[in-house]
Amino acid sequence: MAEDGLNSFMTGPDEQGRFGMFGGRFVSETLMPLILDLEERYNFAKTDPSFWAEMEDLWKHYVGRPSPLYFAPRLTEHLGGAKVYMKRDELNHTGAHKINNVLGQIILARRMGKTRIIAETGAGQHGVATATVCAKFGLKCVVYMGAHDVERQAPNVFRMRLLGAEVIPVTSGRGTLKDAMNDALRDWVTNVRDTFYCIGTVAGPHPYPAMVRDFQSIIGKEVRWQLAEQEGEGRLPDTVVAAIGGGSNAMGLFFPFLDDASVNIIGVEAGGKGVDDRMQHCASLTGGRPGVLHGNRTYLLQDNDGQILEGFSISAGLDYPGIGPEHSWLHDIGRAQYVSITDKEALEAFQLCCRLEGIIPALEPSHALAHVMKIAPTLPKDHIIVMNMCGRGDKDIFTVAKHLGVQVAV
Amino acid sequence: MTRIDAKFASLKASGKKAFVTYIMAGDPDEATTLAVMQGLPGAGVDIIELGLPFTDPMADGPTIQLAGQRALEGGMTLDKTLALVRAFRTADQTTPIVLMGYYNPIYSRGVDLFLTQAKEAGIDGLIVVDLPPEEDDELCIPAQKAGLNFIRLATPTTDDKRLPKVLQNTSGFVYYVSITGITGAAAARPEDVAPEVARIKRSTDLPIIVGFGINTPDSAQSIAAIADGCVVGSAIVKEIGAGKPVAEVLAFVKSLADGAHRG
Repeated sequence: MAEDGLNSFMTGPDEQGRFGMFGGRFVSETLMPLILDLEERYNFAKTDPSFWAEMEDLWKHYVGRPSPLYFAPRLTEHLGGAKVYMKRDELNHTGAHKINNVLGQIILARRMGKTRIIAETGAGQHGVATATVCAKFGLKCVVYMGAHDVERQAPNVFRMRLLGAEVIPVTSGRGTLKDAMNDALRDWVTNVRDTFYCIGTVAGPHPYPAMVRDFQSIIGKEVRWQLAEQEGEGRLPDTVVAAIGGGSNAMGLFFPFLDDASVNIIGVEAGGKGVDDRMQHCASLTGGRPGVLHGNRTYLLQDNDGQILEGFSISAGLDYPGIGPEHSWLHDIGRAQYVSITDKEALEAFQLCCRLEGIIPALEPSHALAHVMKIAPTLPKDHIIVMNMCGRGDKDIFTVAKHLGVQVAV
Repeated sequence: MTRIDAKFASLKASGKKAFVTYIMAGDPDEATTLAVMQGLPGAGVDIIELGLPFTDPMADGPTIQLAGQRALEGGMTLDKTLALVRAFRTADQTTPIVLMGYYNPIYSRGVDLFLTQAKEAGIDGLIVVDLPPEEDDELCIPAQKAGLNFIRLATPTTDDKRLPKVLQNTSGFVYYVSITGITGAAAARPEDVAPEVARIKRSTDLPIIVGFGINTPDSAQSIAAIADGCVVGSAIVKEIGAGKPVAEVLAFVKSLADGAHRG
C-alpha cells in the first residue's frame, strides 16, 4: 500500500519514539523515568481489553459517541462541487474532540495510582475536558493557561472553575499556550510522585504523540464505517480535511486512512494575518523549520538563533508555534498535504456554516471549512470530502463579534 | 584532559571542594556578564557555568527565566555568547567554562559547526538539560569526540536501574540535582542528598557536584561537605537581576565560595 519501501504508514513511532527524524524524548533527566514508566503502562493498557471496555463504555454513555457523520446538503449545493460531510465531534460532551483523549489518559492515570492531574490549555477546550473528567472521577485538577488566553477565553476559565479545577494563569514568557506547557512541565518535574500530566495534543515527549493519536483515532475509525453505511460498502472518503494547532483532531481523523492510497489527506494550519516574513501566523509546517521543543523534534516557528517565536491566530486553539511530530513526518514524506488559511478566510467560513447548515463552528474547524470552501467547487460531484467539525463555536462568539464590529453585552 | 579534568585533579591534590557558579550570558548585557566572569575566579569560583539564553527554559524557575528574557531582549545570541567566552579566555586560560542551556539553539546552529565553534572559543563542557541518555547520539557522543566534556544531570528520580545509563557517557563531573523541581525553588536538604551522593559514588569515580536549592554560604558549606562540590545559580542571578554593582555581586559570590571551601 504505502510507497517508498514502507509496508505501512501506520507502524510509527519506532522504539526511540521517532517518526522518521521527528519525535523523540527531549526531556530533563527528572522526567525521563516518568516517561518510561508511562510508556510501559500505556503499552500494557493498549492491549488490555478491560481498558478499552472502560473507554468504550464512557465514550458511549458519557461523551455521546459515536458522533454523527453529517452530509451537509446546503453547503454542498452552495459550493457546487464535491459532497461535503462533517464529522460532528463538536457534539461530544464538553463541545470538542478533546475529551476523547482526556478519558484515555485519565483512565490510565487512575490505573497508575496517580491522584493529581495537570494539564495545559490554549482555547480552554482541553482544560475543560480535563476538569470535567477529573470531576467525574474525583481527582485533583490543575490547569495551566496563558494569562493572555485566560483573558480571551473567560467563559472556559469559569467552566473549569465550576468543575472544581484550579486554573493557574501563566505569566512566564509571553503568557500563551507554549508558556502554559512550560509551566505544566515545571509542575510535573516538581511533583513527580503523585502527578499525571495530561497533554492535550499529539505533541510532547514519546509516548504522548502516539498515545494521544491512538485515543483520537476513534474519529477516523467511526468515519470509515459511517461513510460506508451512508455511501455504500467499501466507499472511502476521497479527501479528509482537518484544522491543525498541535494536530490532535487531525491525527485522529487521518490515522485510520494513512494506508488508503486513494484518500487525500489535508491538514489546515492557522495562517493568521498571512504566512509571510512578518510571522503573524501559526503555520509551523508552511512557515517554520525543524527544531526541538517540549520534548520532541518537530517543525517550529523560530528565529535564526533557534529561539522560539510566538504564534499568531484569531483562534486560541491553534496558537502554538509547533505541531505534532507525526504531522512533520507525514509532511516530509508527502503522505499528507498541509495548507494554511487566514483569520479572514476562517471568519467567512464560520459565518457561512452558521447560515447554511445551522451549525456554529469553533474557529479552529472554521479553518478546515475555509479550505473545503476553496477546493470543493473545483472537484466533481461524486468526490467525497470529510471535514472534522472538531469543536463548537459557543466559546468564540465574543471573538467573532469583536471582529465583525458587533457589541455583545455580557 | 580538559580544563575541567585538570581542575578536579588540582582540587583533589589540595583536598578542596569545588565551587561552581551559574550566570546567564548577556544578563543584562554582555559587558556586565564579562565583568562578572572575569571576577569569579578571584572570588573563589572553580568552574563557571555560563547560561545560554533560551525562550523556553522548561527546567528553570522564575529567576533564571527572567534572566534569559533580559538577555534575549538585550539581543543576546549564541554568537555573542561564544564571543564572551573568547574575551574571557584572553586573560584566563585555566578556569573551566561549562555552557549550560537547552538543545534547540545548538541544534539550530548545527551540531558539528557548534562544537567546532564552542571548542575554538574555549568552552570545556556542556550541560544540555533536555538531552537525556536516550538522545545521546544527538550531541553527547559528538561532543565527547570533539574533546568537550558532556556533563549529565542525575536526579532523585534516577533509580539504581537507570543510573548506569546516566553515567555511561558522562564525563567531567556528574551534576546531582538535589531536588525534584526547577532551579531556584526548594532548599536542598543535606540529609536527603548525602545518601544519594553515596549511592552514585558507588557507581562512578567522577566527581559529584550538587546543585539546585543552594543559596547561602551555610548551605554551600553543608552540601559541599557531603559531595565533591556544589553549584549556586539562582541566588547569584538574583543579585545581578536586582542591578547590584559587579563588586557587590562578587562579594556575595566570595561569601558562598568561602562557605563551599569550608565544606
